[in-house]
Amino acid sequence: MKAKTSIWMALILAFIMVLGITMPALAAEELPVDTGNTAFIIICSAMVLLMTPGLAFFYGGMVRKKNVLSIMMQCFAVMALVSVQWVLMGYTLSFGPDVGSVIGNLNFLGLHGVSIFPSPDYASTIPHYVFVAFQLMFAIITAALISGAFAERMRFSAFVLFVLLWTTLVYDPIAHWVWGGGWLGQLGALDFAGGTVVHISSGVSGLVTALFIGKRLGKERDTIVPHNMPFTVLGAALLWFGWFGFNAGSALAADGIAGLAFLVTNTCAAAGAISWVAAEWLHHGKPTVFGAVSGAVAGLVAITPAAGFVSPLSAVVMGIMVGPVCYLFVSKIKEKLGYDDSLDAFGIHGVGGTVGALATGIFASTAVNPGGADGLLYGGLHLFGVQIVAVGATYIYAALATLLILKVISMIVPLRVSDEEEEVGLDTSLHGEDAYGYDDMGVSERLVGIQS
Amino acid sequence: MKKIEAVIRPARFEELKVALKAQGVTGMTTYNVMGRGKQQEVKQYYRGQELQVDLFPKLKVEIGCPNEQVEKIVQLILDICNTGQIGDGKIFIYPLEEVIRISSGEKNLDAL
Repeated sequence: MKAKTSIWMALILAFIMVLGITMPALAAEELPVDTGNTAFIIICSAMVLLMTPGLAFFYGGMVRKKNVLSIMMQCFAVMALVSVQWVLMGYTLSFGPDVGSVIGNLNFLGLHGVSIFPSPDYASTIPHYVFVAFQLMFAIITAALISGAFAERMRFSAFVLFVLLWTTLVYDPIAHWVWGGGWLGQLGALDFAGGTVVHISSGVSGLVTALFIGKRLGKERDTIVPHNMPFTVLGAALLWFGWFGFNAGSALAADGIAGLAFLVTNTCAAAGAISWVAAEWLHHGKPTVFGAVSGAVAGLVAITPAAGFVSPLSAVVMGIMVGPVCYLFVSKIKEKLGYDDSLDAFGIHGVGGTVGALATGIFASTAVNPGGADGLLYGGLHLFGVQIVAVGATYIYAALATLLILKVISMIVPLRVSDEEEEVGLDTSLHGEDAYGYDDMGVSERLVGIQS
Repeated sequence: MKKIEAVIRPARFEELKVALKAQGVTGMTTYNVMGRGKQQEVKQYYRGQELQVDLFPKLKVEIGCPNEQVEKIVQLILDICNTGQIGDGKIFIYPLEEVIRISSGEKNLDAL
């Protein structure tokens, strides 16, 4: 009963805040704000946000042109939905005071108690609001990443439900486990910017969804190829750029660790691009653009958990490892296993994230960052073990929770569009729009009209 | 009157157009088309996944002309669009029943 009352209280408080009525400032001793750190993290937050529209282009280019708007709409919808969910309850579930090492409590419901002053628990030199905003951007991109797995066939209403439930029941708890004072963080698992929280969780959930929802119609029969490779290149470029905010910003200060994270991020992306292209060049005789951008993203994924803990040379090695592993996975193993992860959400983010999380347990070094730990290479057996536990726990929890969410949604609304809607394309059938609707004939007729 | 439809390699079109113009042939309609004859499938790889490409981008040129011009136009196409490789395309020639110029109402040879 008491818990229920406090939920109602908090909901009412949240409502008051939504109305814009100012709360009395908390009188407690306020920590000073560091302007340099604050400026840096605000900019990093904006950069991480930009990754999601970047992902929209990355994914949008890979789908057929009848479905490009549907995948972009999914990315944009995640930006809108998760932004509101985060303020209402996502933040407090992830970063509220710990309950049993598994979830945050509801102290920050509706961001009650969050202020312009730093929080003593997180990033104690930047305003709490800025920390909330920075972490929000991670929640957004994570949910958006999953959409690559079930692209070109999911019903939009089911997608909206999925995003809200998944973010609340999968992302928020896992973020709490690792970053919010939960059990994986207590165990000593290292995840600098989200290898397990962001990439493994989204990749595994994508795989489960792809298996649950089934293959695209005509997966074997039709020619399904990317409709606009330059979009994909543009998207990869935006991702690479935004990733600096993602990884360097995860230092939560404009300091040496941020600088290290920035450099190793770039290094691993580059090495990933090189190693993927090298693998396919040897394998099929041609270096593809698609391979170059995929390899760069795989490198970015791999370095994410390690960014503040490893040396630039280790980043080279990690990049060289992750390219061929992901390439092998998406080109051979996926085909053997026979599931339809349309845009390789699992093949790149799940597999790359796993490589990165384990590699963190190998290459992390206290000589690089005394705040980290020593990996296998530096005699640290414990860290490697903990990383395996973190990866395993994320796989199991993300898979089971996602399965449950899909079962529940499928009782409310069909997950898939009808066969006819799928054949026509989701842009027209779900959104009533056509990405490339203005053909030359229409334009020239209008021009003739103007001239005469 | 005949209608000549030539399916050619897109890369040969600009040269063909210039040569036709030099011979006084300017009227034509072109399309980007996909097609194949005896051309072999080629393999493409997307993230390592093999794809058999069996239709290739070609350019289709349609020209309506008086009977006596047919041989000249066909010869030009053969001269310019022949690379000696499979995949150079084909020429189709049809009898043309009637031609009407929309702007003036002129018919047949006057309309060509």
